[in-house]
Amino acid sequence: MLLAKIVGTVVATRKDPRLVSSKLLLARPVDPKGKTEGNYLVAIDTVDAGVGETVLIVSGSSARMAAGMKDTPVDAAVVGIIDSVDLSE
Amino acid sequence: MQIARVIGAVVATIKDPSFDSIKLLLVQPIGADGEDVGRPLVAVDSVGAGVGEQVFFVRGKEASFPWHPIEVPADAGIVGIIDHYTVSK
Repeated sequence: MLLAKIVGTVVATRKDPRLVSSKLLLARPVDPKGKTEGNYLVAIDTVDAGVGETVLIVSGSSARMAAGMKDTPVDAAVVGIIDSVDLSE
Repeated sequence: MQIARVIGAVVATIKDPSFDSIKLLLVQPIGADGEDVGRPLVAVDSVGAGVGEQVFFVRGKEASFPWHPIEVPADAGIVGIIDHYTVSK
């Protein structure tokens, strides 16, 4: 899973019917120290995350195992809101 | 599977309910000589690994298999702690 920071929201009127009433968030991966890196991605929100929060994103087919995502066409889902990262090195 | 070093832990209070009582660890993939390869990532732990240990982990949906039939939304999971390994040249 990736650590990422929520940087915005995405609105789409025309979309797959199975995505109706799902919140789409724009996220950018961060390293364990919180520095943003890499490409932006769109993820489905399953934990009521908001802009500015650091979250846990699961990608690939595992995203469909997030709560309520069964059989929906998603490859990235926000599954946790990060309280803290303990980096011991 | 890939080998990695556990470099830290991640704490999240608000998360997918399937993650309850599952430990989330930060792992840094490493090469055969122990040097870092690529970015660190968050993995679920099914074997009781700790910071500083060398482990091997699976990527993809298989990361949730240790908790079968619970569908844990994880795309990386530690499945073994390495005692030692040898590389023939």
